[in-house]
Amino acid sequence: MDYSKILNNKILSVKPSGIRKFFDIASEMDNVISLSVGEPDFKTPWHVREAGISSLQMGKTWYTPNRGLTLLTEEISNYYNRRFNLKYDPKKQVIVTVGGSEAIDVAIRCIVGNGDEVIIPQPSFVCYEPLTIMAGATPVLVETKVENEFRLTPEELENAITDKTKLLILPYPNNPTGAIMEKKDLEAIAEVIKKHDIMVLSDEIYAELTYNNERHISIASIEGMQERTIIVNGFSKSYAMTGWRLGYTLAPEELVSQMLKLHQFCIMSAPTTAQYAAIEALRNGDEDIESMRKEYEMRKNYIVGSFEKLGLHCFVPKGAFYCFPCVKSTGLTSGDFCTKLIKDKHVAIVPGSAFGECGEGYVRVSYANSLKNIKEAMKRIGEFLTEIKDGN
Amino acid sequence: MNKLLKLLSENSNYTNSELALILNEPEDYIRAQIKEYEDKGIIKGYKAVVNWDKLEDTRVEAIIEVKVTPERETGFDKIAEEIMKFDEVKTVNLVAGSYDLSLVVTGNTMNDVASFVSRRLSPIANVISCQTNFILKNFKDGGVIMAETIEEEDARSYVL
Repeated sequence: MDYSKILNNKILSVKPSGIRKFFDIASEMDNVISLSVGEPDFKTPWHVREAGISSLQMGKTWYTPNRGLTLLTEEISNYYNRRFNLKYDPKKQVIVTVGGSEAIDVAIRCIVGNGDEVIIPQPSFVCYEPLTIMAGATPVLVETKVENEFRLTPEELENAITDKTKLLILPYPNNPTGAIMEKKDLEAIAEVIKKHDIMVLSDEIYAELTYNNERHISIASIEGMQERTIIVNGFSKSYAMTGWRLGYTLAPEELVSQMLKLHQFCIMSAPTTAQYAAIEALRNGDEDIESMRKEYEMRKNYIVGSFEKLGLHCFVPKGAFYCFPCVKSTGLTSGDFCTKLIKDKHVAIVPGSAFGECGEGYVRVSYANSLKNIKEAMKRIGEFLTEIKDGN
Repeated sequence: MNKLLKLLSENSNYTNSELALILNEPEDYIRAQIKEYEDKGIIKGYKAVVNWDKLEDTRVEAIIEVKVTPERETGFDKIAEEIMKFDEVKTVNLVAGSYDLSLVVTGNTMNDVASFVSRRLSPIANVISCQTNFILKNFKDGGVIMAETIEEEDARSYVL
């Protein structure tokens, strides 16, 4: 059977992740230190796990309402009010989703279709482009620049907008660069967004991980922007709950009511056990967030300083748990750099090109790992740089 | 908690320059802080966490629960000081509960520990009773996991 005739052309046009092969090399090896993983090394705090266990013991094994447990949507609403000073109606403006990823997919599919354009700043997380293609719309990629600290500038945005533009993806704090958008940056792009009457999907999954006492600011809190913003967030990064698969979206009621239909037909409801655990996380987890954040901050300081000492310039990340050093000075492409590093020194990191073509020349190094492992990895990277300099 | 002391208590092997990077402070500041902590007796020493089980070492350790009669003027202090002078005694804690002093005592053989208890500890005036608990296996010591069989691998998958 010729499956290429059967399959949807759009999925055929989506490129597989270019780093699959490279991960396969790593999984065959011993003594690998992985600074490639996009998830916390911490385990979910015990009191949160306990809440999940206890819900199972009490036999809470049924579907929840489509939009999520009422207690949970209320806690999400309280949380956004408490931490980010935004008000959302728990009954009308919140949907609990299967990770932030589902929320991104549902939002894109509900907003755009054939002929529409979606602006995607890069380097950024890998899912926006394929999901836009699957929705039938056209991705318009915008390269953010290291000299602008990888922020999206109003000029870059303005240049990318056409009369087909409907949606801007705003992925900050950013994976892989660690960039953030400060209030003044958000105000500047908000003017452009309002002028052209487009929507924003603000992916705030790393909102709790910002450094130097700087709090994340949501674009929805900029004047006139809440009605134009779909917030996506989740429990994976802030509470170390990746495996629970739980996220949520906050948006105007008119959008939520439509997104809820799609969510209902493709997902039904997010995992029940995870929802009970998440209620506990939101009620009693602020201290867990803070202690993990402090730990990441120390690792960030160490890893960025170490790269500078090794002579690889590294933009100082202000959020998330990645740093994005430039490897152009080695003369290697980022793909070759990573492949050679894993083969020679058993340290796994990810080429910047995986996050958009403009990420070429950079590598993504995750510091979601213990200081002990990071120290060892940096030692090996130091040896590696000396060896490639000497032409070995 | 003080971040510098926390780091050093987890791993006293960090160099000053590493600590300076981690804490984002100048190296001179780190050096001065550590010296101050040492001078004030806040940092009392540095030592390796040794997994003695890996050596063919027959050392034994016991936790000894000691009941004593406190003295009128000095309470438990003088008795504790007397006990901690013995080289065999690694740790002395005053505890609240069904006994008073908790000791960790080491010796080359079980016999050593037993004779320490009967010949040196028990005869001390004010010691009412001693209960000796021999340690069979050390799973975790000073925050470090010693039993290697349960040390966990990084089980995270390669997901972006």
